[in-house]
Amino acid sequence: MIAASRLTKLFRDKKRGEIRAVDDVSFTCEPGKIYGLLGANGAGKTTTLRMLATLLAPTDGVALVAGFNVATQPAEVRARVGFLAASTALYGRLTARETIAYFGRLNGLDDARIATRTEQLSAELGMDDFLDRRVDTFSTGMKQKTSIARTLVHDPAILILDEPTLGLDVMAARGIVRFVRECRARGKTVIYSTHIMSEVEKLCDRVGIIHGGRLLAEGTLDELRDRHGERDLEEIFVKVAGGEGAA
Amino acid sequence: MNLRNVLTVYRKELRDALRDRRTLVSMFLVPAVIMPAILFLFGTVSHQVMKKARSEPPVVAVLGGEDSPAVRAALAAEPGLKVEAAPADWRERIADKRLRAVVEIPADFQASLAGNLPAQVSIYHYEGEFKSGFAVGELRRFFAGLRERTLAERLSSHGLPAGFARPFDIRTENVAPPEKVGGNSFGGFIPYLLILLSFTGVIYPAIDLMAGEKERGTLETLLCTPAARIDLVLGKFLLVLTVSLTTVACSLASMAVSLLVGGLALIGSGRLTAGLSQVGSKAGGEVLPLLDPLGLAGVVVLVLPLAVLFAALALTISLFARTQKEAQTYLAPLVAVVILPAVSGMLPGVELNATLALVPVLNVALACKELVSGVWQWTQLALIFGSTCVYAGLALAACVRMFGRERVLFRT
Repeated sequence: MIAASRLTKLFRDKKRGEIRAVDDVSFTCEPGKIYGLLGANGAGKTTTLRMLATLLAPTDGVALVAGFNVATQPAEVRARVGFLAASTALYGRLTARETIAYFGRLNGLDDARIATRTEQLSAELGMDDFLDRRVDTFSTGMKQKTSIARTLVHDPAILILDEPTLGLDVMAARGIVRFVRECRARGKTVIYSTHIMSEVEKLCDRVGIIHGGRLLAEGTLDELRDRHGERDLEEIFVKVAGGEGAA
Repeated sequence: MNLRNVLTVYRKELRDALRDRRTLVSMFLVPAVIMPAILFLFGTVSHQVMKKARSEPPVVAVLGGEDSPAVRAALAAEPGLKVEAAPADWRERIADKRLRAVVEIPADFQASLAGNLPAQVSIYHYEGEFKSGFAVGELRRFFAGLRERTLAERLSSHGLPAGFARPFDIRTENVAPPEKVGGNSFGGFIPYLLILLSFTGVIYPAIDLMAGEKERGTLETLLCTPAARIDLVLGKFLLVLTVSLTTVACSLASMAVSLLVGGLALIGSGRLTAGLSQVGSKAGGEVLPLLDPLGLAGVVVLVLPLAVLFAALALTISLFARTQKEAQTYLAPLVAVVILPAVSGMLPGVELNATLALVPVLNVALACKELVSGVWQWTQLALIFGSTCVYAGLALAACVRMFGRERVLFRT
């Protein structure tokens, strides 16, 4: 479970002064559910997720991930989280098998467990053909599968996915969507950030619309539709964000 | 700190580095093959050029001396010179390298010699030009011989012994052990080389492992793992240190082999240069300079913490940079900062003292210079080793600290 309460992040910039990247954001994400964080570029999605993954420390507020405080128990949090983002790349000179083993070891798995997990993940994701090839020879889809295997090697209870389909072709993006659904089916807590409305409609049990660092609306898709009197999620988003010129 | 994590990161980085063509080139190919090949090629070419220059007698001209036909004839018969009459534009010809030197024989030169009168021969040449210098050498040798013969005749005509004008000879003999002679000659050069190589060896891996990972997005992937930041830094640091020390070892080994093989090849054909034959060789049959092995071991011990300092410093700077290009911009000028104190260690007159013992790089350069000569000043050595360890520790701590700063890790 993820519980964020009044999460805030300030950055100081010489030119722009103090920037409130995330401002007083609160939400809860239950096990077996997918929470969608919907927002335009620069809305604060990545900063929020990086705080949940303990890559950034919150300036204010509290976030509990799997019952551990991200600010005071980062190692415990990271041991229970799988973080996948468009910005989390792979080592080109390692094979897919070596990549899975490397991240397995850093997550505290022993060699026997790593071997078992590698076989499981390879079978589930269809990686047998390229498991022993170097990543820098992979297609985008192969890289994405390897990234997913790297994220899941320690079988984390929580998945934090930051725009995981960014830059992917249709087939690779569909693979991600399928993988996220399977994670939900296994009872994992999933938080999924995107600016693609169709992905939210396909996947998310609850949606938070974030804009200018603030969580402006939150609820199930039906709740949001009822509340704003719109069927189309894009229209709801534009309305919540303050009109066409808000971005 | 978790040693398993440190070793996991180190092993992965080592595997990655050994698959990286650029690392292999900078770590093995350049120091072990390319540099010796370039040095050998340069040595062979310069040797051939020198040989060719010496095999062709330089063209010189004689100015005056019409009333000294014997001297002119002897000069013309000199096998090492090609003598011509001086043309009117002989100065321009020297400057244009068409004539290597001109010797001016004064009027009544022969008569002056016979009459015990003073005389002066002038040689005109092109300062700094190799063949002109060679011609001057030949002319000086010829006239020095003539002077010796004239002196001997004068002494003989006065019934004086040959030793009359040479009351005593001066003989010099080296009594220092060959390893000390070698250490003194190479004492400054070896630490300079070690310091320079250990620094240049850290640059590429440090850039690749920090700024490179940041740029490629793999650092964020790594930071998501539960491994402590210090484990990640230490694993990467150990790899940078490994590359640096391997570069040094490969360079030194290849240089020793090149010197040995190249030197033996030259000895074999009887053309060993004078400088090389003097270095640390009693019989002239040894090519490598003899150095105190214990002193060399001491040098390695002193350079180790310095390599640690360089590795930590380069990693810290690379971590601060946003991109590999930015890291290169920061690190490249540092080579000069490292070279300066290392070169200062080679300067004559710069001696180790308590103050200089605390100046990083310079202290090691000076201490190494003494060590390879077999001089062990234990108090200062302890001070240097201790202070360099402290600097290295501080640099490593700064690197670990910086690795924990999100403003640095996510600097865009």
